[in-house]
Amino acid sequence: MDDFLAARSQMALSLGFHIIYACIGMVMPFFMAVSHYKWLKTNNEVYKHITKAWSKGVAIFFATGAVSGTMLSFELGLLWPKFMEHAGPIFGMPFSLEGTAFFIEAIALGFFLYGWEKLNKWFHWFTGVVVGVSGLASGILVVAANAWMNSPAGFDYVNGQYINIDPIKAMFNDAWFTQALHMCLAAFTATGFAVAGVHALMLLKKQHNDFHYKSFKIAATFATVCALLQPISGDISAKDVAQRQPAKLAAMEALYKTEKPAPLLIGGIVDEKNKTVKNYIEIPGALSFLAHGDFNAEVKGLDQIPEDEHPPVAITHYAFQIMVGLGTVMMIISLIYFFILWRKRTILNTKWLLKLFVFAIPLGYIALEAGWVVTEVGRQPWIINGIMRTIDAVTPMPGIAWSFYLFSAIYFSLSLIVIFLLYRQIKMVPILYKSSNIDQ
Amino acid sequence: MEQVVIAFLCLAILLYFLLGGADFGAGIIELFTSTKNRSRTRQTMYHAIGPVWEANHMWLIIAIVILFVAFPRIYTTMSVHLHIPLAIMLIGIIARGTAFVFRHYDAVKDDMQWLYNRIFRYSSFVTALFLGILAGSVLSGKIDPDATNFADAYIFGWLNWFSIAVGLFTTALCGFLAAIYLIGECKTDEDKKRFIKKAEYMNVAAVVFGAMVFFSAAMEDVPLMNWVVYNKVGLAAVTLASLSLILLWYLLLKGKTQILRVLAGFQVTMILVAISYAHFPNFIRLKGGDVVSLYETVAPEKTVLSLGWALVLGSFLILPFLGYLFYKFQQKEE
Ligand code: HDD
Ligand code: HEM
Ligand code: HEM
Repeated sequence: MDDFLAARSQMALSLGFHIIYACIGMVMPFFMAVSHYKWLKTNNEVYKHITKAWSKGVAIFFATGAVSGTMLSFELGLLWPKFMEHAGPIFGMPFSLEGTAFFIEAIALGFFLYGWEKLNKWFHWFTGVVVGVSGLASGILVVAANAWMNSPAGFDYVNGQYINIDPIKAMFNDAWFTQALHMCLAAFTATGFAVAGVHALMLLKKQHNDFHYKSFKIAATFATVCALLQPISGDISAKDVAQRQPAKLAAMEALYKTEKPAPLLIGGIVDEKNKTVKNYIEIPGALSFLAHGDFNAEVKGLDQIPEDEHPPVAITHYAFQIMVGLGTVMMIISLIYFFILWRKRTILNTKWLLKLFVFAIPLGYIALEAGWVVTEVGRQPWIINGIMRTIDAVTPMPGIAWSFYLFSAIYFSLSLIVIFLLYRQIKMVPILYKSSNIDQ
Repeated sequence: MEQVVIAFLCLAILLYFLLGGADFGAGIIELFTSTKNRSRTRQTMYHAIGPVWEANHMWLIIAIVILFVAFPRIYTTMSVHLHIPLAIMLIGIIARGTAFVFRHYDAVKDDMQWLYNRIFRYSSFVTALFLGILAGSVLSGKIDPDATNFADAYIFGWLNWFSIAVGLFTTALCGFLAAIYLIGECKTDEDKKRFIKKAEYMNVAAVVFGAMVFFSAAMEDVPLMNWVVYNKVGLAAVTLASLSLILLWYLLLKGKTQILRVLAGFQVTMILVAISYAHFPNFIRLKGGDVVSLYETVAPEKTVLSLGWALVLGSFLILPFLGYLFYKFQQKEE
């Protein structure tokens, strides 16, 4: 494996790993805060058990999220030193605010996990909320940094020099809001479906109905609401991309030729050599509408973009299809859920719906990873869109392939351990549930 | 604002050495504890650092972020030429952080604990060692940006006697800090005695490795003597550190925990001051006498300004909260 490819793969692997834990760290505190609140309000012990059981799982994810994030802040330099040398001072603002947010989060987490009997109960609840809010804030900030790579702002690029740097403008670049909104919804959708699915599975196994039913409701409510909003936000993102990165949009849609009106392709096998797509379903004019809000608008194809600035079309296109496809599936599940809830008031006896949720456990995360592949691969060959090429940013050190193999092995074994731990945690729920004292 | 940012950088590095160091030290001590006492050591330790360990490690992230935002050349020089030790340290951080949490949160306590414990101990040791090696390498003057072969560019910058001696010295200091910190957390006199013993051993080790640092500095032409003997502040710092050593042994025998902690922290601070003051604002010494200096590589004004404000405002939010956390979990449960 050549070093450049290894560096890209290692970056992708580390981010793809981190994002899962980061999303859980961002979202679970909100779920916990809800059940914690219900416990404090209703004094129903079940809610306390839920909060505690969740918080133990979350502690595992937090640690993994924190160490993989620490890893990332070094990796940016280890793998892309030339990029960081110039970009650091420009897009560093969100990272420094993010540092503050992490810090608050880590402190609040200390209070929350270790404060059960020590703190005033509302203050304790509040620390849990702080964990969630600061986690969400750090997610938004880091996505703002990524948005800057898509939509560079806050400096002038003159003769290879980066001058007139304005970090605030860089942070509030054109893409930050749409990306952050879409990302937050994705985090809630993915984590919500995963958690709801696990509890649905337990319900199907007839385990402690009340505990799992209440947990399921909390997670499913977040998940379904966000899954319904996600396509709207995705549409805003797509219009944004059409404006600022026509090459990415063309790759997403595998649009080799500029067309007016442009059709939307569903599915399709991309042949990168001959620049064609086979076996697709075509919806006339739909792409024009999605990209520009007008069924007759012209959509720029890859033929209008210099060949050496083409992103990899196949990966981007497939990843986009996966994201949108799964997004649609989850939206439909959410509609069914609300319909059943409206008609029957309870879903406990609707086995097939519970099964649907079990089926949906991994979908959100797959969509989320696919979405990031669209964004990142679709930006290639640029690391800073239109300014710096990825290949010019990579570290001069040879032998990165070894580093990639090593870190792959580490991430792989960590994932296995986490899955194993979680499995045990869930298996222990009946025991936790029986004993009234479930402290540490 | 530049000064503010530099002050925060120094503070973050110092606090990481003290707090993170004590944290690594706990693992190192466990490594050197006889099997029969390990589980007690572990309990005391968990009790003491459980609530704060994640916050302790934030200082590293703050330091890194300050470096890449405000001093990108320092960050990139280190990441290119010290890639290997950085990567090893990162693996250590990943391994110990996860093992620490896994062993506590695993719902079933069985043979897996054996694995977590192993990983935790060895990776604590490796992380501290490589943290020290990195610090040593930055000062060693062996980093060669113009090197043409792999070994000179990516290996010998950190694989030299001086860096290794600093690494070992750091490891001993971490163990020492942890032992001192844990003395105050013990519930029984027996435990207390054990940690006092540990602190003594670690202190002896630190003195031995400290001497090694001086020897290796002479061998590798690192002008350590100029920094700590012929520089007034450096000399004062070293003298204070040595004097406090005597006081420290006295207090150790008496078992006075709170002052001990302060004193141990003070001592480590003095050591850091001693080795860094004389060549401030130079941060990295390169081969052939060039330096990468904080002032010369600082980012444009607007960046520094906004970073400075972010840090100042951030600390208004963080410090009271953090202080309360330490305070709350310091209180002994009655
Ligand atoms: C649960 C996850 C999930 C789901 C169901 C969707 N997305 Fe998405 N999408 C993401 C998760 C995601 C993401 C991983 O969060 C990305 C990557 C970067 C970003 O900001 O969000 C993303 C990026 C992303 C982009 C690129 C944005 C950019 O480069 O700035 C577009 C155009 C869309 N999405 C569009 C959609 C549409 C039309 C969907 C219709 C259902 C959709 N997404 C569902
Ligand atoms: C889309 C991408 C990302 C999102 C949404 C995200 C979000 C988060 C969140 C919410 C956390 C805290 C959760 C937890 O502690 O478990 C976290 C941790 C962390 N992230 Fe990320 N992150 C992303 C990418 C990055 C990148 C690119 C970097 C580095 C440059 C980074 C650096 C960190 C660090 C250092 C931590 C540890 C903080 C701690 O100790 O709590 N993250 N991330
Ligand atoms: C968590 C979600 C993310 C995933 C799954 C992800 C995925 C990827 C992938 C697949 C690549 C390789 C692209 C290629 O070379 O073809 C990549 C590269 C990169 N990503 Fe991301 N990314 C994520 C978020 C971020 C964020 C938040 C940042 C920065 C703030 C970031 C910064 C980078 C950088 C610097 C590179 C290397 C240069 C490049 O290939 O453009 N990524 N990422």
